[in-house]
This record gives sequence, structure tokens and C-alpha cells, in this order.
Amino acid sequence: MTGIEHGKRPAIRAFLIWTALLLVITVPLAAAAFSPLLAWRQPVYIVAGFAGIVAFALLLVQPLLIGGYLPGATHVRARRIHWAVGILLVLAVLAHVGGLWITSPPDVIDALLLRSPTPFSVWGVLAMWAVFVTALLGIFRKKLKIRPRSWRLAHIALALLIVLGTVIHALLIEGTMETMSKAVLCLLAIAATLKIAVDFRIWPLRQAGKPKRS
Amino acid sequence: MTSRLLSRRTILSAGAASLMIPVTAGLTVPAQAKGLAPTPTMRGGANNYRPGAPIVDRIGGGGFWMTGTVRRAGDGAPLAGQRIQIWAHTTEGHERDPESHGATLTDANGEFRLEMPQIVPAFGQPHGHLAYDSGDFETVFLRPIMKSAKDKTLAAHFVLQPA
Repeated sequence: MTGIEHGKRPAIRAFLIWTALLLVITVPLAAAAFSPLLAWRQPVYIVAGFAGIVAFALLLVQPLLIGGYLPGATHVRARRIHWAVGILLVLAVLAHVGGLWITSPPDVIDALLLRSPTPFSVWGVLAMWAVFVTALLGIFRKKLKIRPRSWRLAHIALALLIVLGTVIHALLIEGTMETMSKAVLCLLAIAATLKIAVDFRIWPLRQAGKPKRS
Repeated sequence: MTSRLLSRRTILSAGAASLMIPVTAGLTVPAQAKGLAPTPTMRGGANNYRPGAPIVDRIGGGGFWMTGTVRRAGDGAPLAGQRIQIWAHTTEGHERDPESHGATLTDANGEFRLEMPQIVPAFGQPHGHLAYDSGDFETVFLRPIMKSAKDKTLAAHFVLQPA
């Protein structure tokens, strides 16, 4: 399927892919902006919620960038953007948790101490720690002299944990996100991350092959 | 064909239901033998609690009803005149806002009913908070969840253990 589109009309293909990505990210944000719940929330609570949605959307961008699935981004450039998006992701998670803390400290303390009554909290906290660990590993990758193969394994394993944790977290929450756009974002984030895991062969397959690079 | 399939399904579900009966019976019988057990405090029940919420006719503009009962552990006798504090994230304010808090007393049947603004989902669930902390009985904090955010009422029941 991709072969045909690849050869014949790369410009149209590129346009369609980028438009689709833009829609998948902006539609959930726009839909959440119309949530009736916003009327009864303070600004800091609203910002915290949207920071969470932004972080969630960035999880879809990350595998697409590094997997070379986004046309126009060369490998070096894609890696640089992947780094920048990673930093943005950490900041979004901090804004999400920090904003919720200001809104209702006891609820966030319960969540961080894993004693919250809401079942989704533990998944969010898991994803948060996985994001922080991933960022720290990224920063100290050279100092720790992590081998490329180990790095890839650890990074993709953490990415799977982050995406899975975030998806369960988001699905169980009754919040500002609209149900359909939330479900689509969940599916795509999982699919993109799984595709990376398969393409980069993080588990041994029948035939040992070189990891696919664009 | 369809009816045969349906009847088979009915038999299967009936079979499954009959398997359930002894299990539930096993769970309820010992509880009755020991008497009514006290309600434990729920996780997160005390979050954003403000001690000494005033007894009010209504919290804010109303339109939503928090209801429930208060009984004594053991014999299950209804407890009259017990002060129950109620707060929630509503259309009129956050859980932390003093105006979102109020208290009411149980009637002769141990029942309470307080009108308050519509509860809206906050921190992922549409929920309310209730507290008994007058001291005659052990303190209990409840955090009931609404089945639907559109519900106009929410119930919470206390079984209190003498302090």
C-alpha cells in the first residue's frame, strides 16, 4: 500500500500525513475546549487538564518522528525534534501534575502516594515516572555509556509503559476530553508505539534482521 | 434456530445464576450473625474537608439532593439528630471553597437530606464527600460516586460505631 503512494505522489502523501497528524492532535484539544465542565473550573485546573491532553498528544508524535514515518523530516532533524518534543513532554507532565496539585493538594498527594480512590491515578503516576526516567536516561545516556542496543530496548520499553499508562489513565477519566477523539488518540498512540517496537525489533523475531531505518 | 440458540443461552445463564446464589449467600450470612458492621472511611473521603461546616437549610442555590441514613453498628438502630457534613465540586464552587460546605441533622428515622448545587465531575469522577465527626461515634468520611454525571441525587449511608 505504501509502496504505490511512495513512488507516485510524494507531495500529496506528505500533505495528507501532516494534515492527518495535525487533525488528530488539534481535534481532541478543540473538543475539550468545548467541554461544559470548563465553566465550573478555575483557570489553573483548566490549564492542568489541557497540559495533560497536550502531553498525551505528544506521545503520538514521538514514535512517528523517530520511526521516520513523517515525510520531510530527515533522520537527523527528526531526532532533534524528538529531543525537543521530549523536553516539552516533561514540561507538560509537570504542568499537569503541578496544576492539579494547586487545584486540590490532597487529591494529588493521594495519587502520588498510590492511595487514591480513583483507579486511573495509579496509571497516570506510573506514566509520569516512566517519562521522568526516560528523560533522565536520555540526559545521561552518554555519561552512563549505554550501548545502542540496550538503549533502544530500554527506551522503547519505557515508551510502551508511558503510552499504556497514559491510555488507561485517559480512558478511565470522566473529564474534559470528548469520548471519540480521546479513543482515536488512544488507538493511534498505541499503534504508533507498537509499530516502532516491531520495526526496531526490540524482541527477537524468527529471522534476526537489521532494524529498519528511514 | 434463533429460538433454540436463545433457549440454550437462557439455560446457560440460568445455570450461571444458580452457581452465584450459594456464593452470595455465603458472604451475607456471617455478616448478619455478627450484626451490622460499621461503615469504614473511604479512600480520599476526607479530602478538602473543613471542620465545623455550619448547619444550613440548603448549600448555595440547590437543585441537587444529597440523601442518606445514619444507623448504629450492631443492632442497626436509626440514629436521630446526628450531624452530617457535606461538600463537593459543584456548579457553584470547588470542594475547597467554604460555600461548598454545609451540614444537616438526621431526623427521627435516622435519615438526612440536604439540597445543594449540582455536583459536576472533578478529578475524574462525579463524586461527593460526607463526614460524621461529632465525637459520640467513631469518625467516618465517605466519598460516594454518582453513576452518571447527570444524576440529580446521590445517597450515602453511615453505620456508626460508638466511640
